[in-house]
Amino acid sequence: MSNQSSHTATQVRKAKDGIGYTLIHIISFFTLLPVLGIIFYIVANGAPTITWDFLTSMPTDGMRAGGILPAIVGTLYLTIGTAVFSVPLGVAAGIYLAEYAPQNIWTRFIRIAIISLAGIPSVVYGLFGLGMFVLFLKLGNSILAASLTLSIMTLPTIISTTEEALRVVPERFRVVCASLGASKWQGIRKIILPEAMPGILTGVILGLERAAGETAPILFTGATFFLPHLPSSPLDATMALPYHIFVISTQVPGMPLQIQFGSVLVLLVFVLVMNLSATTIRTRARRNRQW
Amino acid sequence: MSNSKISIRNYSLRYSDGVQALKNVSLEIHANAINVLFGPSGGGKSSLLRSINRLIDLADVDETSGQILFNGVNILDKEMPVSQLRRKIGMVFSRPIPLPKSIFENVAFGLRVAGENDPAVLHSKVEEALKQAYLWEEVYDRLDDPGISISGGQQQRLCLARVLALEPEVIMLDEPTSALDPVTTARIESFLQEIKDRITVIIAPHNMSQSARVADYATFFLQGELIEVGAGSKLFVNPQDQRTQDYVEGRFG
Repeated sequence: MSNQSSHTATQVRKAKDGIGYTLIHIISFFTLLPVLGIIFYIVANGAPTITWDFLTSMPTDGMRAGGILPAIVGTLYLTIGTAVFSVPLGVAAGIYLAEYAPQNIWTRFIRIAIISLAGIPSVVYGLFGLGMFVLFLKLGNSILAASLTLSIMTLPTIISTTEEALRVVPERFRVVCASLGASKWQGIRKIILPEAMPGILTGVILGLERAAGETAPILFTGATFFLPHLPSSPLDATMALPYHIFVISTQVPGMPLQIQFGSVLVLLVFVLVMNLSATTIRTRARRNRQW
Repeated sequence: MSNSKISIRNYSLRYSDGVQALKNVSLEIHANAINVLFGPSGGGKSSLLRSINRLIDLADVDETSGQILFNGVNILDKEMPVSQLRRKIGMVFSRPIPLPKSIFENVAFGLRVAGENDPAVLHSKVEEALKQAYLWEEVYDRLDDPGISISGGQQQRLCLARVLALEPEVIMLDEPTSALDPVTTARIESFLQEIKDRITVIIAPHNMSQSARVADYATFFLQGELIEVGAGSKLFVNPQDQRTQDYVEGRFG
């Protein structure tokens, strides 16, 4: 009798579990929907526009025809420019925080500053870049000024992921390195940093990906409405995909829809490829990890 | 009999969390002998080992006092070049910890950080060290495989080879066979007997039987205090202190 009732209780519990799991699966599927929806919508509408010509020629007819080459090249330049400044600085800061920083008020202050930096709205970065780099340092509206602005925005991501990637490398390796006569820096450079590299690279790519897709920070610092030629120096202003999309969606009357969709698709692919490579690096590193 | 290699004088160590790991320890480590530190865990053996090669620099230490003289020099001195010290006083840990590198690079690591870059020299020294640790025959055809790809016993011999490659004067082993099978354990013990004529051995075994087997000199530690020290042949047979006797006879531990 009591055996019977406990049997029933187990069945009820299992049924409840089943309902719970099903619900969770349905809900997680719903979170996928917007992503899939956006991608499907953009690809379906933008794909017909993508031709070799569209990717490699200058816009014509007030941007209502022709290609988007200068916007693509500009976004590439800005991404590279951002990497040049933010990667060395961010990685160095991450190494310092993970391996060298003493636990004191100063270090805590730095951490709070980094967290705050990460929370600042992108338009504020844009205005800061305008004041600091464009006007005060007299870099003008330029790739250089925009890259510096994007770098500051990207720094918190790179610093935090670098620090995190270093921290997950087991402490025992540091002890072994030291016990074999390695200086702290030798141990970091030869063992700890290489082990953390995939994690760092992932953070760098995700940071740059965000930089590549941002409009507001470059709005006042380096992006330009239209350029009849490609930028030839870091001090030139440049077209860029996100700003270009904003312009052709809102500022140009009589803009053909397919050009808008095509441009958005190019930016989306650019960002997704970066995202995918970050994921691939991470997955592969986890598989090959020797600890 | 034999002369002192390391001389520990009134050494005390307290960690930042308030734990007094060692209390006023004075001890001679004899050259060309197997020096055993034994006692229940938490007795201060590991802390003493890590003090001798200054690995405690990596831990949160509140205060140390006293002296540790190695070849007549106080290694606790702030000016002590610790990298050189650690090359002369090698250490093997309780679990094999291969670096995430190839078998070859694990052994070459210490040489490389010491500035040795000549591939020919590296190869001959790595081979020599692996042979000394009786590992060469088992790995010579896969030196480029990851250090963790070999068995646990082989990994521990790899860690031993890694230390031997630096031609140390002293080797410290902190429970080196606690994760190993009896066969590998016996190999490592006989190996220590072999090298002790040229390399001073300090070992903190993980059990009494190993302590008694290998000890030329033995020191009993209890809660950070040195209780008794003596020749291995006497200490385990006829301990003078009641606490040592209780521990040796297995009344606590």
